[in-house]
Amino acid sequence: MLYDTFIGPFVEFEFMRRALVGAFALALGAGPVGVFLMLRRMSLVGDAMAHAILPGAAIGFLLHGLDLIAMTAGGLVAGFVVAFAAGLVARVTELKEDASLATFYLVSLALGVMIVSVRGTNLDLLHVLFGTVLALDDPTLLLIAAIASVTLVVLALIYRPLVLECVDPGFLRSVSGAGAPAHLAFLGLVVLNLVGGFHALGTLLAVGIMMLPAATGRFWARDITTMIFIAVVAGAISGYAGLLFSFHMSVPSGPAIILVAGVLYAFSVLFGRVGGLVRQVFPQRHLEA
Amino acid sequence: MIFRRTVLMTAALVAALLAADNASAQEKLKVIASFSILGDLVKNVGGDRVEITTLVGPNGDAHVYAPTPADTKRLSDAGVVFVNGFGFEGWITRLVKASGTKAPVVVATKGVKPRRMEKGEEHDHGGTDPHAWQSVANARIYVANIRDALVKADPTGQAAYEANATAYLGKLDALEQEVKDIIAKIPADRRRIITTHDAFGYFKDAYGLDFIAPQGVSTESEASAKDVAKIITQIRRQKIPAVFVENVTDPRLVKRIAEETGAKIGGTLYSDALTGPGGDAPTYIDMMRHNIRALGAALTS
Repeated sequence: MLYDTFIGPFVEFEFMRRALVGAFALALGAGPVGVFLMLRRMSLVGDAMAHAILPGAAIGFLLHGLDLIAMTAGGLVAGFVVAFAAGLVARVTELKEDASLATFYLVSLALGVMIVSVRGTNLDLLHVLFGTVLALDDPTLLLIAAIASVTLVVLALIYRPLVLECVDPGFLRSVSGAGAPAHLAFLGLVVLNLVGGFHALGTLLAVGIMMLPAATGRFWARDITTMIFIAVVAGAISGYAGLLFSFHMSVPSGPAIILVAGVLYAFSVLFGRVGGLVRQVFPQRHLEA
Repeated sequence: MIFRRTVLMTAALVAALLAADNASAQEKLKVIASFSILGDLVKNVGGDRVEITTLVGPNGDAHVYAPTPADTKRLSDAGVVFVNGFGFEGWITRLVKASGTKAPVVVATKGVKPRRMEKGEEHDHGGTDPHAWQSVANARIYVANIRDALVKADPTGQAAYEANATAYLGKLDALEQEVKDIIAKIPADRRRIITTHDAFGYFKDAYGLDFIAPQGVSTESEASAKDVAKIITQIRRQKIPAVFVENVTDPRLVKRIAEETGAKIGGTLYSDALTGPGGDAPTYIDMMRHNIRALGAALTS
């Protein structure tokens, strides 16, 4: 009974195993990136970038159909162009980074909608928006795993400047010139993970597996390392539980995964050890225990 | 003044158009066919002597068609109205009545042995499967009925209609031979597919190919893991060699199902309507030929 509910589906069906591996790889890469986005108060940047990627993926799709390489390349190019152009405008002009990013992603989104309308294949393009975690083939899985690996390695390399920029960007600027390159590399990772995520979850839900586990981690830990660990675990649990819900309750898998992540987040807001609502209301009792 | 002049000119124009309309009507027999496949059969028998209007055009779904006021007008002008019968066009009876047309309504399936819908494959036709044209033998009955009706409505064209019908029946014989040849090449234990269409009952009875409905497939843009698991289990358990599932719209998902089960993914099957002139199935013969070749390609190798 327990076996049938929790393990059986993955033993019996290869597509479930693939989906699970994909979800784990996504959680591994997107979780840490999400934590840094959150700590740098850039949580909504992920959302903006996801919209910016859409037209690139759409162009790739319209030129080559549901082709992994074309859609990935298109998404990456669009994401990088928007990220770097926005960063450049923010650094050399008066405009702040959020406003600059907003302008670029809106233009990018409008372009995407126009491309889609001109070609008139809205139905097919819905797949780009929604993704299919249930249909991950070998190349897609390899891509997602590679993105997770690259993310972890690059994060290890730029960890110090990145953490310092979260805490005290002014200090970092005074002692080192590593801030700007680290920032750019980090934005690159955001784009990479969103592109990896949209193959499995679609452009819009890819942000969910990035931000929700990160926000969950914030309620359980004070130091960044533990926070990242919890974010990855929360992401992996969301993937596993979401797939099980999709299997047993017959609900679409992508939204199910993100909704489980949302439930974990809501639980953390209430009962989290660090700043959770219940802890705030009854602080002494917990200290005594 | 200007207003009155406009009205007069418009009236004159309308009168002229109507006159022109009547003039052309005297040259050709105006016939109505309820849907595209029937229209194609009528066209092949009627040839140049008839002017055909198809109410539900190519790619249209005759099951859920909503007639327009223009259809009423067309019916009242018509010389003969052809319908499939067996409850296929539930809307036609009321439409004919509303139009007040004097034209005889010819049921093309007259003389076809009706087939009961099997459990689980019904949309509401009162239990009778109306898709009789999926057997070429039945199409021959259609053609005979159409020929007799046209001769009755337009006796001067009798020779032409009979010649056309004979020529077309010859083509249908060749078509049926091709269907049977291809089926014969498929090993007996591979003669079954999964498809979302429930319109192949007559085909199944006539040629011995089993069409099995898939379980739990949705047309939503996102399938659930349960849907995918159900169809995979079914393919494995019933050892189905090929799957024709057009309405699982995501090609990546269909590919995944194929890889996991070893089943082949077939192309599109046409059942209820023809395609436009540029499509795979612009005529009845093209449609049947396309279907049997798609089936043969998926099942023989």
